Amino acid sequence: MAVCVAVIAKENYPLYIRSVPTENELKFHYMVHTSLDVVDEKISAMGKALVDQRELYLGLLYPTEDYKVYGYVTNSKVKFVMVVDASNTALRDNEIRSMFRKLHNSYTDVMCNPFYDPGDRIQSSRAFDGMVTSMMIQVC
Amino acid sequence: MEGLTLSDAEQKYYSDLFSYCDSESTKKVAAHGRVLELFRAAQLPSDVVHQIMELCGATRLGYFGRSQFYIALKLVAVAQSGFPLRVESINTVKDLPLPRFVASKNEQESRHAASYSSDSENQGSYSGVIPPPPGRGQVKKGSTSHDTVQPRTSADQQEPVSPVVSPQQSPPTSPHTWRKHSRHPSGGNSERPLAGPGPFWSPFGEAQSGSSAGDAVWSGHSPPPPQENWVSFADTPPTSTLLTMHPASVQDQTTVRTVASATTANEIRRQSSSYDDPWKITDEQRQYYVNQFKTIQPDLNGFIPGSAAKEFFTKSKLPILELSHIWELSDFDKDGALTLDEFCAAFHLVVARKNGYDLPEKLPESLMPKLIDLEDSADVGDQPGEVGYSGSPAEAPPSKSPSMPSLNQTWPELNQSSEQWETFSERSSSSQTLTQFDSNIAPADPDTAIVHPVPIRMTPSKIHMQEMELKRTGSDHTNPTSPLLVKTSDLSEENKINSSVKFASGNTVADGYSSSDSFTSDPEQIGNNVTRQRSHSGMSPDNTAPPPPPPRPQPSHSRSSSLDMNRTFSVTTGQQQAGVVAQPPAVPPRPQPSQAAGPVVHRPVDADGLITHTSTSPQQIPEQPNFADFSQFEVFAASNVNEEQDDEAEKHPEVLPVEKASDPASSLRVAKTDSKIEEKTAASAPANVSKGTTPLAPPPKPVRRRLKSEDELRPEVDEHTQKTGVLAAVLASQPSIPRSVGKDKKAIQASIRRNKETNTVLARLNSELQQQLKDVLEERISLEVQLEQLRPFSHL
Repeated sequence: MAVCVAVIAKENYPLYIRSVPTENELKFHYMVHTSLDVVDEKISAMGKALVDQRELYLGLLYPTEDYKVYGYVTNSKVKFVMVVDASNTALRDNEIRSMFRKLHNSYTDVMCNPFYDPGDRIQSSRAFDGMVTSMMIQVC
Repeated sequence: MEGLTLSDAEQKYYSDLFSYCDSESTKKVAAHGRVLELFRAAQLPSDVVHQIMELCGATRLGYFGRSQFYIALKLVAVAQSGFPLRVESINTVKDLPLPRFVASKNEQESRHAASYSSDSENQGSYSGVIPPPPGRGQVKKGSTSHDTVQPRTSADQQEPVSPVVSPQQSPPTSPHTWRKHSRHPSGGNSERPLAGPGPFWSPFGEAQSGSSAGDAVWSGHSPPPPQENWVSFADTPPTSTLLTMHPASVQDQTTVRTVASATTANEIRRQSSSYDDPWKITDEQRQYYVNQFKTIQPDLNGFIPGSAAKEFFTKSKLPILELSHIWELSDFDKDGALTLDEFCAAFHLVVARKNGYDLPEKLPESLMPKLIDLEDSADVGDQPGEVGYSGSPAEAPPSKSPSMPSLNQTWPELNQSSEQWETFSERSSSSQTLTQFDSNIAPADPDTAIVHPVPIRMTPSKIHMQEMELKRTGSDHTNPTSPLLVKTSDLSEENKINSSVKFASGNTVADGYSSSDSFTSDPEQIGNNVTRQRSHSGMSPDNTAPPPPPPRPQPSHSRSSSLDMNRTFSVTTGQQQAGVVAQPPAVPPRPQPSQAAGPVVHRPVDADGLITHTSTSPQQIPEQPNFADFSQFEVFAASNVNEEQDDEAEKHPEVLPVEKASDPASSLRVAKTDSKIEEKTAASAPANVSKGTTPLAPPPKPVRRRLKSEDELRPEVDEHTQKTGVLAAVLASQPSIPRSVGKDKKAIQASIRRNKETNTVLARLNSELQQQLKDVLEERISLEVQLEQLRPFSHL
């Protein structure tokens, strides 16, 4: 159950970012922003030659006191960042992976929509929203 | 009646309503049916409705007389105006607007209401009516332009009662949601409700131009609209028609529809749609869509790429956001391209949207792309209430499922698929039923035909066995022999219990299996064990007595089978000594016994020797085409049968693939018998004629024993004969090798393979059986000791 889910474009601007509304969303935005550096670091560490072999799931990017941030990058350098509650110890790596997989699939569906301009914010897809909602912590 | 005073408009209105409700013209209206629906359409809470009914006396009378009805209507108006319901209020409340009945007929109702009231009131009421978003009518007001239905509305005056609830429609909810966008300028907001009411009004004799279908439309409910304007893609949609007052709009029906469909066509469409859920695509619509599809993609089975679709739908002037939603809904397989079905669904949604209907959350069932192109006409009503949203139970996702009743064509698909599935499952199940036994054999055995029948065949028929024999003979004999050889050597090593060995050899088939059944249930053998079990079972019953301890050298086993074994062994040995004859039997028995053992082993329940025997026999027979010399076996079998009663033979028999060399069962048997047979085989070795070679002797013994036991178990001579035949075949396989040599090498090799497999299986089985045998023997010994201890006491 994520606390915040973000989709970052190749140029490192957010295509979609959504947080659990209870908290100060700015904080999450900031965390996602800072995590981009870590993502870049991980990507570059692989080297050019390994681009194809690079695994999409980046794993834990960095932990903070309250949260843990996970990253996932696609082959087109679109990044998914997910912030989860650190106290949620039951959340296993596999589950995070599956959540990213779902994200990726939904993102692909959005891309397939001819009415969606790549580079636009993802605001039109109900399916995508629904999927993200299902992944977010049910706070209310 | 309590002095109800009605204004003229009210009077007229009420009388029309009453006429409407009073379908039977009996001057009284039943409480149910239309009246109820009418009241429901009034959008009052049910308790209020009940209260009204009570107040007007209908409950007392049980029906609505005219006066009651009028009172009720007045009360409805009172309630709708927010006044408390009181009997006196009917008269006290002045200037009560006409009761409004919302339902698909909303607009018309409102219009009617408006019409009844003064013009100003009319406007007022309209406005009053408009506000309630759910009210369809409101939406219509705005765009009425195209509604052909509108023509009806033009008839506002004509429709005195139109607002009466359309009985069928309860969909109201969905249309309401659609309504939200109705105001949208996107034009085409034809008034759906108009369509609805139209038909409704027809009963009132309104000459609505298009509303002939009225009734139909009504029932259909709501979204008839799509039909109306739908076409105007290329041109600016109905935007032109905006907000003309109803009457005007009614006239306006012009419907920008550029589409070929004439108003009549629209009406017809509307009508047809009325029966169905709002999202149903009528034939005309579909035809139109298909034509449009062709303009983009001539191949009806092809796809429209996303970009082309984007251009096309952009022409509809819907906002991109909405188009994106529509695409999301209609691109069923999420491939970025539209098939014909998807395209029609998308088009339909666009039309609906343009007409003011809200987009559903999920793709309605009727719009789901079908696997086969269908004509949607069919089934209507599958979602009477679903209009729009509900998203049809069928969820967008996957449903090409049978859940779409309306899709006639899907049914055949589904049926086909289900048939395919069924067949598949049948096949798979049948293959499963083959049980490892067969499966082992099958690959190797070119005569795969046997595989199937083998496991299934519970009682081998002589004929079959003979066939098997023939087949066996054709195959390679060497295989069976070799494993047997190996096994026998192993067996001979242990030599724990001669009798047991003999037992095994003789009875292993039966005993081993039977005991194995009881002790071990090798799952692998279950399937194939049919035959085996038969053989085993035959033996097992006889082997009730604990197998004579190996030390007890009874050449005659305690069990009859053992006795047989001895005899058999001796016979077999004699036969073996005979040479050729003996050898072949040795080898084949292994696979067979193993095979037989397998099934027996795995079938703990199978006490029926007959079954096992039969099962094994047939199995054995088919599997060992190599063993041609069943006749020889018969001889052995006869001798073996006697011995086969031993329990211990259970395992041995398995090991002794007498019947089938190639069967995996035989290998199992061999395996099983290994342990047990070791002892037994040693003893049986000599007696084991089946094995041509000495090492083979033991194995053959169990095999033979099994066979014998099987035979014994099988009272029927046939089986015995078969088994013996099989055994003979097995046994003879070796000696008969030279015979078989003449056969196809391929067959031989195949049989070799089979035999090997069988051998391995049997070997496994054998080892297990041996274990069991040992245990049993130990128990027996202990029991005997106890018995002896007790005996002296008994004398006391």
